[in-house]
Parts: sequence; C-alpha cells; structure tokens
Amino acid sequence: MADLKTKVMGVEFKNPVLTASGTFGFGEEYSELYDLSVLGGICSKGLTLNKRDGNTGIRVWETPMGLINSIGLQNPGVDSFIKDELPRMKTYNTAIIANLGGHCEEDYFEGIYKLNDSDVDIIELNISCPNVKSGGMAFGIKASIAYNIVSKIKKICKKPLMVKLSPNAESISEMSIACEEAGADGLSLINTIQAMAIDIRKRRAVFNNTYAGLSGPCVKPIALRMVHEAVKSVKIPVCGLGGIMTAEDAVEFIMAGASLIQIGTANFVKPDIAVDIIKGLTEYMDREGIKNLDEIRGIV
Amino acid sequence: MKVVRSKIAENQAIADKIFRLSVEFEGEINPGQFFMLKTTDNAFLLPRPISVHDNCESRAVFLYRAEGSGTTKISTMKAGDELQLFGPLGNGFDLGKLNGRIAVVGGGIGAAPLLYLTKKLGNNADVYLGFKDCVYTVEEFKKFASNMLITTEDGSYGEKGYVTDYIDYGAYDVVVTCGPEIMMNKIMAECKKNNIACYVSLERRMACGIGACLGCVVMTKNGNKRACKDGPVFFSEELI
Repeated sequence: MADLKTKVMGVEFKNPVLTASGTFGFGEEYSELYDLSVLGGICSKGLTLNKRDGNTGIRVWETPMGLINSIGLQNPGVDSFIKDELPRMKTYNTAIIANLGGHCEEDYFEGIYKLNDSDVDIIELNISCPNVKSGGMAFGIKASIAYNIVSKIKKICKKPLMVKLSPNAESISEMSIACEEAGADGLSLINTIQAMAIDIRKRRAVFNNTYAGLSGPCVKPIALRMVHEAVKSVKIPVCGLGGIMTAEDAVEFIMAGASLIQIGTANFVKPDIAVDIIKGLTEYMDREGIKNLDEIRGIV
Repeated sequence: MKVVRSKIAENQAIADKIFRLSVEFEGEINPGQFFMLKTTDNAFLLPRPISVHDNCESRAVFLYRAEGSGTTKISTMKAGDELQLFGPLGNGFDLGKLNGRIAVVGGGIGAAPLLYLTKKLGNNADVYLGFKDCVYTVEEFKKFASNMLITTEDGSYGEKGYVTDYIDYGAYDVVVTCGPEIMMNKIMAECKKNNIACYVSLERRMACGIGACLGCVVMTKNGNKRACKDGPVFFSEELI
C-alpha cells in the first residue's frame, strides 16, 4: 500500500493533506463529524495578537464555482488560542499549524513570541489577507517589504516558519525568492484573490469593504500555475492550495512540486471531503504503482 | 449530524416557486433545525441551508422557494434522484421555554420551520401566517394549530394587510416568529413593549453550516454569534 507519510520543515506528517486556515475553525466543529487524526494537519483560523470581531455586512457570496469572503479575521486572539483552543487541537493527534496575521511589525513580533512557547508545530505567517484594511496584504505585495518583515520575524521565531503568499503579489517568483532569502522554512500559496461582487438591485458593492477574497475551484488553474512558479524559484518546500476539490486536484499540485496541500473551500462543499481526498490519493497511488509521493513530486 | 446521500421521495411545486421536498432521513430532528442541501453534480458550489418543515415516517420534509441558482436547480430534481444531505444543524427551538399562551407567526416562506414546531407544541399554539398574495401550506398548519389567522397583502385570502396588525400581543406569554426581517423587527418591538418573550429564527448567507467559516455571524449583546451553530433561533432580547 502507498505510503503517504512525509517530512516537511522538520515536521512528520501522516499525509500531505492539511485543512486551510479560515475554512476549518480550530477543528472543533469538524471533530463532531469525523476523526481528525486522519488529517496530515490543521491550519488554525487566522490569528491576530488581539481578539477581532471581523467585518460587518455580508461576509460570504457565491460565484460560479467560487466563493468570495470578507470575514475580516474574526478570531479570539493569540492568548485565547493558546489557552482555550490549542490544548484541544493537540488531542486530535495531527500536526497543528498556527496561522498568524498582523497589522504592523510589532503585532507580528508579539504574536511570534507567544507562539514560540506554545505547542504548535509550525507557524504559517499570513502576509496576504485581503480583508483587513490596514496591514495584512500590504506585506504580501512587494517582495522587498516581505523580505524585510520575514527576516525580522525569522530572527525571533523558534518554530518552523511557513510564509503564506498572496496571489496579488507583484511577482510570485520574486516574492518566493525574497521569502527564502529572508529565512522562511517553507511557503504556502495561494491565499484568496482580491475580487468584487455587485448587488445590482441595491446598486452597490456586496461587501462593506468593496473588495474581498475569492477562493474555490474557479481559482485552481491560477493557484496551480503560481505554485509551479514558486517551486521553480526556490529550494524550500511549498504547500499548495487553491480550489482543491478532489484527490486528482491534489495530485496536480504535487506534480507541480507541492510538498503539502491544503483543502479550503471544499470543506464547505462537503464537510468530510478531506477524508475522501486522503483516501483518493492512496487509491491513485496504488493504481499507478506509486510507493511514495517523492516519485511524482515536481515531475511537471 | 452527518453527510449522507439521500433519495428524494417527493419534490413538488405547491405554489408559484414554492416547493415541498421530502427526502429519506433516519434520526432525531429538533424543530427549527436545518440541513445543508446540495445536488450531487457540480451544478452549484455551496450546499443551501434549508429549514426542516416537517419530520415524519423516516423523512425530512422541506419547504423552499426556488429563488436563486441553487434552489432553482434543486427544484428540478425528481423523486428517486439523490441529494447530498448534511444535518440536522443548528440549535432549533427550545420547547422547554415555550410555555403558556403561544403565538406562532410566519411570513411567506418563513412559515417553513414553524409547521414542525407547531406540531410539536401539540395543538397548543395560535398560528398567524402572512402572505403577499398566494397562500400555501395553510391546510397542514390547520391540523396542529389551536387557532389560525391568515392574511394576504391584497386580501385575496383571509384578512387583508400585514399579519403583524392582527396579533393581540397582550393575549400571549411567548411569540415565536420567522419571516422577512421587517416583519420580525415589528414583532420583536411589540413583544418588548408588551413584556412578552420572543424567539426568532434568522436566515443568513452561510458557507459551512457548522460554525467554522464565520460567514453568517449575527451581532448580539454577547458579541458575534453564528446563525448556523448558535442559532438560527435566538431569544429576541439577545439581538442588537
């Protein structure tokens, strides 16, 4: 039988299938539905140093094969995550990745200090949230700005650091190289694509912030290209995400060079879809006579 | 709460764009709970939250309006076809808190979750239903209502005008409502004025249906609450 185990950024994963930040809460809701120990890992809801209530108005809007969201990083803050959520997440017996966002450098630094002393396996640095007015994505557009913040964070970070890139970056290749040179241990991409919807009846933008983030199967070809581009640019491992709905989609990302993959919007379409994808990956490998994903990783 | 593929027993239009859908389902359902429904093809992306209208003979019954792309696609499904069914979800009505003289007030398709509730209340509630012009599901409610009052805006059936104008709030200890926001706001205001407990079932856009995505939050006096997981039924005094 195929072996899905993989070691990335010094962390052992049962399989390369993680659930993406913002689509899985802190796992609690999904734990009522299936045994989360089957997962390779869980990326936490996007955390900020302090509690945030998130955005007002409409927060989710469906498009043809896509979802635009404007949640605005509603979360309980890093302290509450460590105290109230993490102990339970650790019982799920899977890798835990803390997704950390921020408004300014100091927010990131303080968040990192707190997470350094926690039980998380990896920190996923969110420099790419499109739904926060100040900060957030600004760090993820220009490679020089990303280099600056990532190198400062890397100096104080005791955990493996995976930087989550924005598809809105000026150049994914330059951004990937900048993060690698700044010391990132890995990259994950893509975050949502900045998008918009208009309510023609009300003659106004659907979202109070006008622009919001698009995800789902409609973004997959773009995400795949960007993952391929990042993998070709750097030596550090890349975690691919963006519209993965099936095991076949996951294989595409692995063939593009991804070491890990994340399931995002698909969790909403079928809440136990990660189980289907893990099973489907094993079946695909057995069918094709693939013993380890290294055999096909990056072959395209 | 589980994800299943379930066979449709019946999916029939009962009024203009209004459908009654009956699917096979074994399990407990609390009145006011909902399911996430989706066709098994990729006709649309996200499952649609639809409240439970009735529950009998190993079937979950839904009443829905074929409004957008998702519900319109579901309305084309036939008996024997399969749907992806995820639920039951949400808190539903707390029957233990519905005591004394009860008024159940539905507006349009907001009547949907109130039939199963009225049935569970055992001929113990007065039912008020308001419609724009065409009425539906009235006969079903008649079986379980203590008294019934129907209104249409054009007066083509029952009393003419808005249902909120026909309720003698002083005659009740508790009012339960589901319908357009403007109607529920009026009822909440009247209940507050008359010092009556009021429970409302809210409708919100949602993605996951189980409390993870935070797409359906409702502002309350105790901070953000999730319509899908903490609701869809809320005590009106809690809402801002």
